[in-house]
Amino acid sequence: MTQDVATLAPRLAAICGKDAVITDPLELATYECDGLTAHRCRPGLAVLPQTAAQVADVVRVCAQENVPFVARGSGTGLSGGALPAADGVLIVTARMRAIVEIDAESRRAIVEPGVTNLAVSKAAQPYGLFYAPDPSSQQVCSVGGNVAENSGGAHCLKHGFTVHHVTGLEIVTPAGELTWLGDGTGLAPGYDLTGAFTGSEGTLGIVTKIIVKLTPIPQAVTTLLAAFETTGQGGAAVSAIIGAGILPAAIEMMDALSIEAAEASVACHYPQGAGAVLIVELDGPEQDVLAESAAVRQIAADAGAFEIREAADPDDRAAIWRGRRAAFAAMGRISPAYIVQDGVVPRTALHDVLDRIGELSAAAGLRVANVFHAGDGNLHPLVLFDDSSEAEAAAAEELSGAILDECIRHGGSITGEHGVGVDKSKYMPRMFGPDDLDTMQLLRCAFDPAGLCNPGKVFPTPRLCGEVPGVRREPHPLVTSGQAELF
Amino acid sequence: MAHTSIPASLASACDDVRPATAADTVAGIQPSLVAAPATTEQASAVMRAAAALGLAVIPRGAGTKLHWGYPPERADLVLDLTRLDQVVEHAAGDLVVTVQAGVRLEHLASVLAEAGQRLALDCAARPLPSGPATAGTIGGVLAAGAAGPLRLRYGTPRDLLIGITIVRADGTIARSGGKVVKNVAGYDLGKLFAGSRGTLGLITQATFRLHPIPAAAAYVIVSCDSAAACARLVSAALAAAVSPVAAELHLASLAGPCELAVALEGDHDGVAQRSGMLADLMAVQETSHVAAVASQPPAWWRSAGGAPQEGTLIQVAFWPGKLGSVLTGIAAAAERAGLDPVLRGSAGSGVLHLSVPRSADPARVAGLVASLRAALHDRGSAVVQHAPPPVRDLVDLFGPVPSLNLMRAVKQQFDPDRVLSPGRFAGGI
Ligand SMILES: Cc1cc2nc3c(=O)[nH]c(=O)nc-3n(C[C@H](O)[C@H](O)[C@H](O)COP(=O)(O)OP(=O)(O)OC[C@H]3O[C@@H](n4cnc5c(N)ncnc54)[C@H](O)[C@@H]3O)c2cc1C
Repeated sequence: MTQDVATLAPRLAAICGKDAVITDPLELATYECDGLTAHRCRPGLAVLPQTAAQVADVVRVCAQENVPFVARGSGTGLSGGALPAADGVLIVTARMRAIVEIDAESRRAIVEPGVTNLAVSKAAQPYGLFYAPDPSSQQVCSVGGNVAENSGGAHCLKHGFTVHHVTGLEIVTPAGELTWLGDGTGLAPGYDLTGAFTGSEGTLGIVTKIIVKLTPIPQAVTTLLAAFETTGQGGAAVSAIIGAGILPAAIEMMDALSIEAAEASVACHYPQGAGAVLIVELDGPEQDVLAESAAVRQIAADAGAFEIREAADPDDRAAIWRGRRAAFAAMGRISPAYIVQDGVVPRTALHDVLDRIGELSAAAGLRVANVFHAGDGNLHPLVLFDDSSEAEAAAAEELSGAILDECIRHGGSITGEHGVGVDKSKYMPRMFGPDDLDTMQLLRCAFDPAGLCNPGKVFPTPRLCGEVPGVRREPHPLVTSGQAELF
Repeated sequence: MAHTSIPASLASACDDVRPATAADTVAGIQPSLVAAPATTEQASAVMRAAAALGLAVIPRGAGTKLHWGYPPERADLVLDLTRLDQVVEHAAGDLVVTVQAGVRLEHLASVLAEAGQRLALDCAARPLPSGPATAGTIGGVLAAGAAGPLRLRYGTPRDLLIGITIVRADGTIARSGGKVVKNVAGYDLGKLFAGSRGTLGLITQATFRLHPIPAAAAYVIVSCDSAAACARLVSAALAAAVSPVAAELHLASLAGPCELAVALEGDHDGVAQRSGMLADLMAVQETSHVAAVASQPPAWWRSAGGAPQEGTLIQVAFWPGKLGSVLTGIAAAAERAGLDPVLRGSAGSGVLHLSVPRSADPARVAGLVASLRAALHDRGSAVVQHAPPPVRDLVDLFGPVPSLNLMRAVKQQFDPDRVLSPGRFAGGI
């Protein structure tokens, strides 16, 4: 694989058109990282196909030439999943932006992978429908990227993740074959490859069309903001809400430090002196929402809330959400750099884990701001540090790892929605045993025996797939190129 | 087959290995041995021993769906998972439960109900030759991908599953997922194993997301004189702001009335208000029909896909908005075949079940299946879940399967020697 990928440019240009192939180093620099800027690599070349057939042709060329390839949607991923390969082709879906069909009666849409998440909801709105998974990045992130990451959002507590809303995928396999997984019903005969593909982080092929479920826009929505003195009180309120049999659309929590950053950044005017705020959004039929909001107010008050606000109209709701939505970016106001973590713990362990994060933070001498999807125990601890100090950057990395260890110790996960990518593959062996990882990679071997599709992601060590009849007769390319241990 | 001797390696792998009897027959094929491991580790040891002996293995739960699919190409050893019968951990505060594969749904429901919770899987129960009717075991329901009316709101088993422990054909024990509802670390093998019909590995343990048992439920029930009217009402019910959790229909005969029942759940006042609203709306839509609100489902509700074991059960899946044309297509297909199947199903979710009695002429049943497939094109499927041997000989049970070559590659990776339920699944996998 020492061959210079740039020599493929004319062949790819013949497939996609000259303006769709990028070889200029400066232009390629735009694509050297995704939302996780700590990992950078300039791709050998980038190509922007417009059709599924073009994607298939491009992949076939890569497969023939043994060149690795990586799909990229909008590049908002937070785990380095779309990190290109220096000796590979980056396949960018930005020109595949058609909403192919909306079947409002069936509550289904067929979209191309480059369509943004929010564009689907906008297109569905005239029919009284929306696309439920709503990552905070929804204005820019692509549905193809959402499928690859099995993205969630604040409202997935009630409405589910991407995988619950995808019923069919047209993909280009790593061998360059264009095929459908699933037929839109969710009940296609055979294995549920649609489900298994979702969340595979671009390692099993390239999605070229997605059949998504659309959800009726709820009749009523109300948003409550409850301010507490401590995160412990807020956590107790969360448990009590769930314990009362209420399933809010979203329950989000912010601690004092993240409130401070959000105030500095967007002046969200959360109650003075709050050590924690809880945002609870309820949706559904009007009568039910009314009853539930009364119950939530009571529960919050009992748990020690000193102020409760409620917003039933869209503007007031947006005001409540403004601080939460700005939370990540706002860290820039109070710290030169920060690491976003994405650990998950059982909801009942939130209190213990937050205490432990406090201890770890004090011991490391680094501040940690906590913003999280409290309803499903998905923490986003933001480890603040000064990136001009190498020692502090190393300490921040170590503290992040210690927080993930804490999540695993409580039976949780190293990632709730951002994916493993290149960033967390080293933590996978802390969560899964060698047999678990080996078994997962059987799926990889079935789809991509040559290991060319987004190599080096998710798994710390690639599994050599062995002789696959009719697919490949020579030794594994990773072995011949001496790269087997590189990934 | 009392003369079958038990291989020593199997006997030392598991404390319960016995010769199979006629009661252990799998879709007409008589295996020679039954092993009932008590733990995942024992199951792993049995699989290792079976692999060394070259035995073909058929995993079995309660046996409610063992007759589904093709008969196995080979069946030497039945792996009875019913001794794995422990509810391992019910984390009520987290609305999560971890259960062993052999736990029956009814038992799990009673354990969860003590905390006011449920696993939102309401598969139909089926009578067994011995013992009470059951919806099956966790492992069996998962492997079959079976779901009931609540699928409209909660989906199928794969949507509620958050973690799984499996044993591979070579005995390797592996886990994927975990016990938190939100988790994207690694591939989600649970999705692959849900609905895999015992062809990829044994499922020995599973973790599920739970839901609170609602304070109240109501059923809005209406009888329509035409299937078309019924389809219009389903569409209206789904569009109305009443949040139905299920919308089921039942036709005892395609010539007779179409009964529709829509389930609503929530708090008492909300359910009372919404069910009243829905009943009114249905009356306005179709003035000739009177909708009744009941606190219990109609008698046919629990008999989802209730074909007698010996008959033919066909699952028709389609894009839900096409209900009207699918119902017309089914009626035309049945008339052409000269059959009058019982029709039941989750109208709002795009899945219906046709049952045809065993006495029906096999060629006619095959004709019905072919016409159904022609009517559905590529946006749906007609899968024969089970059929008597003369019908099985005439039809492709699964019909066209998208990406069959990828499925074969997956099977090849997980079970290269084809020892797990060989030949039972789509495309002869
Ligand atoms: C401010 C901010 C907020 C965020 N909030 C959330 C949130 O609330 N919830 C959440 O889940 N995530 C969140 N994210 C992460 C990110 O937006 C999601 O992971 C998103 O799904 C990535 O989409 P993308 O189009 O940017 O994908 P990319 O970053 O371009 O790619 C992500 C992965 O998908 C693969 N991929 C892309 N397109 C395809 C395709 N067509 N076929 C196969 N594989 C493909 C890539 O190879 C890569 O592995 C956030 C990110 C930012 C920057």
